[in-house]
Amino acid sequence: MKRLPFELPLEPAAAPASARSAPGPGVVDFRLDNGLDVVVIPDRRAPVVTHMVWYRNGSADDPSGKSGIAHFLEHLMFKGTKAHPQGEFSLRVAEIGGQENAFTGNDYTAFFQRVAKEHLGLMMELEADRMTGLVLTDEVVAPEREVVLEERRMHCDADPNAQLSEAVQAALFTHHPYGAPIIGWGHEIESLTREDALAYYARFYTPENAILIVAGDAEPEEVRRLAELHYGKIAPRGAAPERRRPREPAPVARRLVVVNDEKVEQPTWQRCYLVPSHRTAAPGVSEALDLLAHFLGGGQTSLLYRKLVLEDKQAVAAGAYYMGSALDETRFYLYAVPAPGVSLDDLDAAVDRALHALIAGGVEAKALERAKTRLVADAIYAQDSQAALARWYGAALATGETIRDVQEWPERIEATSAEDVLAAARKHLERRRGVTGFLLPADEKAA
Amino acid sequence: MNNPPVNPHAPSAVNVRELVSPRGVRFWLVEDYAVPLVSLEFAFGGGAAQDPAGKAGAATLLTGLLDEGAGDLDSEAFQQALEEKAIEISFQAERDHLGGRMRTLRRHLDRAGELLRLAVHAPRLDEAPFERVREQMNAQLRREANDPAARAGRAWRARVFPGHPYGLPTQGSQESLAAIERDELKGLARRLVTRGALHIAVVGAIDESRAAALVDQAFADLPASGDLEGVAEAPFAGLGGVEIVDLDVPQSTIRFGRPAVPRQDPDHIASIVLAHILGGAGLTSRLFREVREKRGLAYSVSASISALDHAGYLYGGAATKNERAGESLAVIGGEILDMAHGGLGEDELEKGKKYLIGSYPLRFDSSAKIAGQLVQIQLEGHRPSWLVERNARIAAVTMADARRVAERVFGDGALGVVLVGRPQKV
Repeated sequence: MKRLPFELPLEPAAAPASARSAPGPGVVDFRLDNGLDVVVIPDRRAPVVTHMVWYRNGSADDPSGKSGIAHFLEHLMFKGTKAHPQGEFSLRVAEIGGQENAFTGNDYTAFFQRVAKEHLGLMMELEADRMTGLVLTDEVVAPEREVVLEERRMHCDADPNAQLSEAVQAALFTHHPYGAPIIGWGHEIESLTREDALAYYARFYTPENAILIVAGDAEPEEVRRLAELHYGKIAPRGAAPERRRPREPAPVARRLVVVNDEKVEQPTWQRCYLVPSHRTAAPGVSEALDLLAHFLGGGQTSLLYRKLVLEDKQAVAAGAYYMGSALDETRFYLYAVPAPGVSLDDLDAAVDRALHALIAGGVEAKALERAKTRLVADAIYAQDSQAALARWYGAALATGETIRDVQEWPERIEATSAEDVLAAARKHLERRRGVTGFLLPADEKAA
Repeated sequence: MNNPPVNPHAPSAVNVRELVSPRGVRFWLVEDYAVPLVSLEFAFGGGAAQDPAGKAGAATLLTGLLDEGAGDLDSEAFQQALEEKAIEISFQAERDHLGGRMRTLRRHLDRAGELLRLAVHAPRLDEAPFERVREQMNAQLRREANDPAARAGRAWRARVFPGHPYGLPTQGSQESLAAIERDELKGLARRLVTRGALHIAVVGAIDESRAAALVDQAFADLPASGDLEGVAEAPFAGLGGVEIVDLDVPQSTIRFGRPAVPRQDPDHIASIVLAHILGGAGLTSRLFREVREKRGLAYSVSASISALDHAGYLYGGAATKNERAGESLAVIGGEILDMAHGGLGEDELEKGKKYLIGSYPLRFDSSAKIAGQLVQIQLEGHRPSWLVERNARIAAVTMADARRVAERVFGDGALGVVLVGRPQKV
């Protein structure tokens, strides 16, 4: 019912394939002399390739007071280089029937093209060129800033639900930059300049900071040859840029944030907890959180749906989501939509009763088995899509995981016990670790 | 028209077989053993356009209930049976058909076939899920009540297709949903869920005989034909006017369109090429360049051809801050007029054709996408040879064709327009 804006695409496009994914068979990886990491994910069913470059920097690396610069630069990366002036890259892609887009997340910025396999070298040539050759003038920067402001108006400023999500994140992360929206705060976007963009570009767009992913009908040796030819000639900078982020202190205060807006006709409830990510968690904990999210709120057989929607009829929808791919401590979401006549306070209490019952009563073995079956099957389903696999590996590697972490994920899920899941719920779903958000009509008060 | 396909690759490489099961169910099959899964996609003729009068949303509500209990399994038991084997079955009401899809791991194919058979032959449509799914639809309607994009789309369709089913929302309204009785959904299922206009594609790790057994199991025992209401051709109304829906938001959401040519018309392919040049996917269309890149008027701007069974039209949108809404609309209108009046260049026609031809294989790079494409091709009345013909038809569009069809499609440039927000200088 609800999709949270984890990533902002350059161009509005079909939603990304949900990438909880899979071990692609035959994955090959290597590193060029200049530090660029390369991953090849073979899939020879169709003569097409997905070519992606991921940079290990996202909105959480925006300098203080310049929120939105990572995303703004992502847009500006389409403004041309000395060798290939504005529009040429996109025209070349369009001419060969390719598709392209880019997106910015908290921890990464990525650019991709999907083309017939014989054009892989051309894509590398153009993408490698804009890693160092970007040319920006005020004439192209100014209208693009207006585009980003329109993007913000469209996704946030006209939508109270998005405003609530921003407020919840800002309350959850009191110190860490995950608290700022990926697109940036409106007043700071307005002040971003060409110089800001170029300084950010010089800092992060380097071979040591990039990951090249090629998925599809490509031989690893051919990918290596082309990568060395095009990306290999970029001079190394000596070291990858450092990501200096303050750590979020342990939360001690339960928080409630409320958005009242006259445009709201359907109240909604959400809660977001600060939890470890795949990268920061102790062994086994993030797998337990993956399973907990599915067991609690993945579809109609999940605990929250059964309890709140089917049994108590206090909600018409309920679910959970764990955002495991993150460099730093991350979020575990719960959400619910109240049934008519049910207040958000009552719904809030009902969710807490369901969580307490879970912690007191334990995880039913059969339900846990179902959750494992589903997650492991998702890993196989993901192999059906080269684009989904490319995104999965890219997001994992850009947030500090390894290829082996990705490939062994189904085994680790299988090895997780009911006690592990319960321990994760007990430890991480404490009220003081979470922010609750209420979306209400203009005249309704939260108790 | 007989040019060889310009692109040497797939989708001609997609090996589609047109088959008939032992019990006479027609289906298309692509065998592919790379991943141990099976995707099945299908469509029953007659969709939301068959909603009973005053009951918009009925077909959508029905599709929401087909996976909510069937045969001996009530809603919870059915959902649990799916989850135990990670089988996915879902249904969706489109304007002119009811779509469905199933995805399963190869090793659970037997169970998946049983559950799919139950869902289409014996949906229970029990009282409790009926009330629950209806309330979920109501909640979604309330959530969208002041969503600019949702309101703009609804208002636009109501304006241009008044009095026709295409003018009504497939999700219904709170009033129309309240008017729907459970028995009516049973009747609707009997009319729509039949072999009468059924299209099926099976893709994945499955051979011909197993696929034939699957489609027989799932569909052979359905009634031979349904009882569909005739749907009239939908005339396009509201041209040349601008309707403003007041909403207190900083941005104006624009929806625009005008009549184009029907899907069966020989000029349909050329109209798709023209709409692509005007506002198609990618970062190179005229609207992208003029509205977004040069002037920074909008993040999102696009236009495309919609081809329903009884209406073909151009449909587009943008979202611009209120102060510049009039300017955006003027730029969009200017580009359309320019294309109508011979402004189309040789070079942009060639580039547009190249994109559409070259990008076609990207629609066929996963089992699920192939199955979806194959059903779509069947719904449009084509044979498997269309996988090759389609690009040849695009390649064959000449400058003279494009100019002539531009006059037909863009005409005098008059648009039916809806704006939601507080637009200025419109």
